[in-house]
Amino acid sequence: MSSVIYERLRRNPKFDELVQKRGRFAWTLAAIVLIIFYGFFMLIAFNPKMLGQPIAEGSMWAIGYTAELVMFVFFWLLTLLYVRRANGEFDDLTAQIIKEAQKETN
Amino acid sequence: MAAAAGPALQGEIQTQPTNWHAIIMFMIFVTMTMGITYWAAGRTKSTADFYTAGGGITGFQNGLAIAGDYMSAATLLGLTAMTFSRGYDAYIYMMAFFAGWPIILFLMAERLRNLGRFTFSDITSYRLDPSVRTMAALSSLVVVVFYLIAQMVGAGQLIKLLFGLEYNVAIFAVGVLMMVYVTVGGMVATTWVQIIKACLLLFGGTLVLILGFSQFGFSLTTLLEKAQAVHKQGTSLMAPGSLLSDPVTALSLGLGLMFGTAGLPHILMRFFTVGNAKEARKSVLYASGFVGFFFNVIFLMGLVAILLVGQNPEYFEGGDIKGALIGGGNMVAMHLAHAVGGNMLLGFLAAVAFATILAVVSGLALAGASAIAHDIYARVIRKGECTDKEEIKVSRIATIALGILAIILGIAFEKMNIAFMVGLAFGVAAAANFPVLILSMYWKGLTTRGALWGGYSGVTSAVLFVVFSKSVWVDVLHNAAPLFPYTQPALFAMPIAFICAYVFSVSDSSARATKEREAFEDQYVRAQTGFGASGASH
Repeated sequence: MSSVIYERLRRNPKFDELVQKRGRFAWTLAAIVLIIFYGFFMLIAFNPKMLGQPIAEGSMWAIGYTAELVMFVFFWLLTLLYVRRANGEFDDLTAQIIKEAQKETN
Repeated sequence: MAAAAGPALQGEIQTQPTNWHAIIMFMIFVTMTMGITYWAAGRTKSTADFYTAGGGITGFQNGLAIAGDYMSAATLLGLTAMTFSRGYDAYIYMMAFFAGWPIILFLMAERLRNLGRFTFSDITSYRLDPSVRTMAALSSLVVVVFYLIAQMVGAGQLIKLLFGLEYNVAIFAVGVLMMVYVTVGGMVATTWVQIIKACLLLFGGTLVLILGFSQFGFSLTTLLEKAQAVHKQGTSLMAPGSLLSDPVTALSLGLGLMFGTAGLPHILMRFFTVGNAKEARKSVLYASGFVGFFFNVIFLMGLVAILLVGQNPEYFEGGDIKGALIGGGNMVAMHLAHAVGGNMLLGFLAAVAFATILAVVSGLALAGASAIAHDIYARVIRKGECTDKEEIKVSRIATIALGILAIILGIAFEKMNIAFMVGLAFGVAAAANFPVLILSMYWKGLTTRGALWGGYSGVTSAVLFVVFSKSVWVDVLHNAAPLFPYTQPALFAMPIAFICAYVFSVSDSSARATKEREAFEDQYVRAQTGFGASGASH
C-alpha cells in the first residue's frame, strides 16, 4: 500500500527537482569542507613548518592557528547556509510533493 | 600568583583534597538530575519514550544535548592537558573532532531522521536481513565499550583528586548513578542531564577562560609571547609538532575523528529524539555551534594554563615546576580553575566535569542498551514479537549489565591516557559503523552479504589494528615492539570495510540480493521526503 504512494511521490517531476537541487547543494558543501579539511591535514603532514610561521612579520598569530580559526567559523556558516535552504525552500518543495501524492488518492 | 576572583582560601592547598565546594555543588547537580529522573520516569511508558523521549525534543534542546553528549570529560580534561603540554597539536585534534559535524548535516542528518526509529541499525537493516542488524548492534557495542572505558578512567582520576576517594570507589559511584538515570528515566532523563550539563560546561569553561585571559588583557599576542618564553617547545608552541609528524598518522587521525563522529551510536541515536528532519538539521546547527565555540575556549584555556598553572609550584608534586602535576597530567583544567577562581571555581568546574562524565556515560549506556534490547533482543531474537514492556525490561537489565562492565573495565584501564582512548573509539566507529550506514543510505547495490562483510571486516580490522598498535600491544600487553606501526586505525580499516562491502555486494547474485536492490526504491523516496517516517505528522 505504502509502496503505491512511494511510486506516486517518485513519479512527480518535482521529486526529481528536489533530489537534484538538494543533492547538488549538499554535495557541493560537503566537497568544500572535505577539500579544505584534508588539504589542511596534508599541509600538517607535509609542510608543518609553514603552518608555524607568523601571518605577518613579527606577529604572534601563526598561519596554522589563524587558518584553523577561520575554518571553525566558515564550516559553521556553511551549516547555517544549508539549514536555511533545506528548512525553507527544500522542505516547502517536499511538502508540495507529499500533498500532491495524497491528493491523487482521494 | 594571585587568583582573580572568588573567595580566598589560597595558600596551603592540596594533599588534603576534600573540597566541600565541589561536593556541595555536585550534590546539587545530583539532586536536581534525580528530580528530573523521577519526573521523567512518569513520562517513560513506551519504548519510544524510553529510547527517543517520544520524539518530542526540539532542535535547540537536542543541539544542546548533542553538544552535552559529544563534549566529554576527555574533551575538557584531555584536550586542555594536550594544549598545555603540546600546544598547537591539540588544536588540530579539535578541528578533526569538529569537522565531522558539517558532513553529518549535509549527507546524513535528514536521512537518519527519515529512516531511523530508535537506533542506527534500524537504517542499516531497513531493507536487509536481520543478521545485518545483529552486526550493527555488535559494532555499536564495541564503540560504546571503548568510549565508556575512557569516560570511566577520567571519572576515577577526577574524583580521586577532588574527593579523596579511592579510584575504585569513584568508578563504582559513577557506574551506579548512570544505571539509575538510564533505567529509571530513559532518554527523557538522559537528555535533560545532557542539556543541563552542556549549559554548565559552556558557562564554567567560558568563565575560567575569561578570568584567566583577563590577566593577559585578552590579548593573544601577550599570552603567546609569555607562553612561548616559558614552554619547553618555545617558539614552536604554535606549530604542528611531533604528534602528527608523519602523513599517515595525520590522515588516519583526520579520517578517524571526522567519520568516527558520524558513526558514534550514542550521537546517531540523538537524531531520533526530534520530530522531523527540520528539527534534526537544526540540532546539528546548534550542536556544531556550541561544540566549535567550546573547542576554541578549551584551546585558549590550555594556553593560559601554560602560565597560570605551569609556572606555579603550588600545582606540582613537591613544588617542582619541572616535575609532575598534582593529580596527573589530565588535571590541568582543574588547576587552572583554582588558579583563577580559588576553591569555589575549582569546586564548580570539578562538579561540572563529574556531571559531564555522568551525562556522557548515560548516553553511552542508553545507546548500548538499545543495541542489546531493541536490536538484538526485540528485533532479532523475538523477531519484533515482543511487547513494549518486555523490551523496556530487557533494556534496563542491559543497562545494569553495561554499568557493571564499565566499572570493571574502568578499574582495569586505570593508567591509560583518556584523550587517546577516545581516539581509538572513534577509529572503530569510523571503520565499523560509518561505512555500512552510509552505503545503506546511498547505495542501491548494498546487499545483506556485502553489509555483513563490510561491517564485520571493519570492526575486526579496527580492533586488531588497535590491539597490535603501540598503545595496547606495548603499553598494556608489555610486548617489545608494536605489530602495527601506527596509532590510528581509520586509514587502513575504513577502506577494508568499504571494499569488502562493495565486492561482496556486487558479486551477490542471490534472489534475496535482487529483492534487496529493488527495495531500495521505496527507502530512497522515504529518505528524501520523510514520508512514512516514524513520529512524523504526515
